[in-house]
Amino acid sequence: MNAPVNPKDLAQAQPSRRDVVVASALVGGTLLVGCSPADIMSAGSKVEVGAFGPFIKIAPDGAVTVISKHIEFGQGNHAGLAAIVAEELDADWSKVQVEQAPANAKLYANGTLGAQLTGGSSAISNSWDQLRKAGAGARAMFVQAAANRWNVAVGEITVKDSVLTHTSGKTAGFGELLADAAKVPPPADVRLKDPKTFTLIGTDRVRRKDAQIKSDGTARYTQDVRLPDMLTAVVAHGPRFGAKVKSLDATEAKKVPGVVDVFEIPTGVAVVAQTTYAARMGREALKLEWDEDKAEKRGSAAIAQLFKDVAAGKNTETKWDAFDQRGDATALASAKGDRVFETTYEFPYLAHATMEPMNCVAAVDGSKVKLTFGSQGQTLDQLAAAKIVGCLPGSVEIETLFAGGSFGRRANFQSDYVAECVHIAKKIGKGRPVKLVWTREDDMRAGYFRPLTIHAVKVQLDKDGYPAAWRHRIVSQSIMKGSPMGGKGPDQTAIEGTAGSPYLKATPIVDAQVALPDVGVPVLWWRSVGATHTAFAMEHTIDQLAAKAGKDPIEYRRALYTKAGADRHLAALNLAVEKASAPTVGWTRGVAVHESFGSVVAQVAEVKLEDGVPRVGRVVTAIDCGVAVSPDQIAAQMEGGTCYGLSAALFGEVTLTDGQVDQSNFDRYRVLRINEAPMVETNIVPSGNPPSGVGEPGTPVIGPAVANALFSLNKTATTRLPFVRSEA
Amino acid sequence: MAVTLDINGKPTAVQAAPETPLLWVLRDELGMTGTKFGCGMAQCGACTVHLDGQPIRSCVTPIEAVGSAKITTIEGLGGQHPVQQAWVRHDVPQCGYCQSGQIMSACALLAQKPKPSDEDIDNAMAGNICRCGAYQRIRAAIKDAADFGPPQGDKHADIDEAIVAASGATNRGAGR
Repeated sequence: MNAPVNPKDLAQAQPSRRDVVVASALVGGTLLVGCSPADIMSAGSKVEVGAFGPFIKIAPDGAVTVISKHIEFGQGNHAGLAAIVAEELDADWSKVQVEQAPANAKLYANGTLGAQLTGGSSAISNSWDQLRKAGAGARAMFVQAAANRWNVAVGEITVKDSVLTHTSGKTAGFGELLADAAKVPPPADVRLKDPKTFTLIGTDRVRRKDAQIKSDGTARYTQDVRLPDMLTAVVAHGPRFGAKVKSLDATEAKKVPGVVDVFEIPTGVAVVAQTTYAARMGREALKLEWDEDKAEKRGSAAIAQLFKDVAAGKNTETKWDAFDQRGDATALASAKGDRVFETTYEFPYLAHATMEPMNCVAAVDGSKVKLTFGSQGQTLDQLAAAKIVGCLPGSVEIETLFAGGSFGRRANFQSDYVAECVHIAKKIGKGRPVKLVWTREDDMRAGYFRPLTIHAVKVQLDKDGYPAAWRHRIVSQSIMKGSPMGGKGPDQTAIEGTAGSPYLKATPIVDAQVALPDVGVPVLWWRSVGATHTAFAMEHTIDQLAAKAGKDPIEYRRALYTKAGADRHLAALNLAVEKASAPTVGWTRGVAVHESFGSVVAQVAEVKLEDGVPRVGRVVTAIDCGVAVSPDQIAAQMEGGTCYGLSAALFGEVTLTDGQVDQSNFDRYRVLRINEAPMVETNIVPSGNPPSGVGEPGTPVIGPAVANALFSLNKTATTRLPFVRSEA
Repeated sequence: MAVTLDINGKPTAVQAAPETPLLWVLRDELGMTGTKFGCGMAQCGACTVHLDGQPIRSCVTPIEAVGSAKITTIEGLGGQHPVQQAWVRHDVPQCGYCQSGQIMSACALLAQKPKPSDEDIDNAMAGNICRCGAYQRIRAAIKDAADFGPPQGDKHADIDEAIVAASGATNRGAGR
């Protein structure tokens, strides 16, 4: 999901001062003043930490359970997190299990983001030191316990597969030593392994722990939660963003067998029933009128035109923020001629369209709240629930389940669907659990899209054909504005990828600015966030500049990376090109390289046109993600990330007509299917650096790689996505 | 309406309105939550079950249309079906939400075409969306399961027999 965020912004961010005041008032005084945000978020939470700390539990039979502070919704992070612990602990990997942590920001905050939140492709990177130390610490406790029992020196003991062995041949398993080890004081300082001695990390033994339960139907998702006396709710939402209920007639809805209650909540009208089907039938029987005075009534075409006008400087009221300015670019504005390149790119709104539509289970009993669902941002969700019921955020208990995808959708400052569920459960009260179910239509029309975005690019080449001056204008909607993670300066989520681009570093004169007009369509991060458009704008521009300069696009990149000192880009590009070797006959190649979430991904994509539609075959990928903890999961993320990016580049587009979302299901929001899927080959650049992101960096590269192949094939540049536009 | 459905070889009494989609009877009435809700209009395949061996979308199949047909769900495969084993060997699932439907479609394909070509796989599986994009592993796992051949004399035999015995057009790739 989100961009790397300044931890300082985050520390200020959550919870806001107002939230603290609300919380302290609730406990009748100033109890919380002076506490850290993590203290506040944890107050009221009961988590019993065992002898081996908050991340490791060991059973009497010696089996190791790793507690994950991060949700698993496909990224494979549970495998990697468990492997980090198992490596340093020298545990028997075949018996290691993973359990989801409760909500407690003090114990389980994301070290990068400051809140308990999975995002920014940071699960492995922010846990790397923390879990290595946790594993090594527990190992040291077992070694000390064995040394005490056998009356030998700790240096004479080795550990392998959960068994400790003394040089004399004596052995004991974790289970046998458990009681003694639990009494050993945790070491203040631990020695970590030399990565060269790793026997698990970096091997193909690191496999998913959930493949079986996700292949036999027993993995538990929010949609599957069944609790005694549980009710199911659906909500009727307004036809446009910002609409409010004007009048409600629930007479017919209440007659539907199984419907229990119908009432208004801030986001619409809730229909609560015994079953999902009854709730849906009840909703269909509602008679509703909406007040749309303050609703967003513009269509996406009008919004796109506004953004283009802003980018072209036609709208003088717009506030611009410069994010990269070097040298004097004034001459570029009026520059013309053979050495001048100018274009505008248009990127549409995109829906996340997770396989499991948004949903949540909540039970509210007075000021007690229990949430059972696939929570991606536990701290944010606690805060939202606490505000609604009036309790301490930390006392909102969350049982985090698997989620059927997120791609950023479930980490949301408004906790939109969670808040909706808590409002309903509060009205039902008495601790009776309520499952809020969104249909596919509810999900797709609820907004929180990847923002519609315009890039206007103008570049003057020097006499050798390389960029001498680069003017870049981005017009988008702010994701961070108004959020507790807003921070200062331009919204990084709109510019990341253009900001920091090696191509801009290699250009002497740069004038890059961003404008973020207010629009009433809710927007959110979407797998790889800013890179979803910046990678395309930068990488497709580079191929067009290379063509203008009469140079090979790969050599052109190499020259610019060398100028910019972008060694990791160069290495990833070189590896992908080397592994791609000779092109497949009948296919045209396109190359793209992009860095996001600390990792660099290069792709060589083979493309051909079938009935005018791009078909993507072999995609040779190279990634530099630091130490590769679980190579097979990195490959899976490159495969999946490429499909996700290709789906959007080929077909992804949410349009609005007069403020109403035109798409509501997979019939009109087309997504990639198996017959359209590429074959992705993953190559990992050897690295001794700490791990960096994997979940998102595979997504943004394929779009420009395909555009570059098409440009090579028919000399036509792509200035608007998706490649295949529907008849809508 | 009280009806008796044949689910995974067991006669199962259910109480539901005749137009209720089979999906919601399975999930809400019977607590068989392995079959997933994804789109509600036969677009995504997450709700795929077998009706007399044919893959169908249970979200658009009212129980009144089921009659005495044999229903097989993901629970009916038993967990160690060759296709499920291949799924685990290849670490196919990511978020996993679509995989029950993917596996049911794959089982039906292999029952009819024990050695499917890439084109057969495309045709049979194009109605099942995976937003995580596990497609190349799905393809590999199907081929792997095909190489291992049909299960021998185990509890899955009757299910596979039912699949093989079934004939006629399928709605594989429905909703395209």
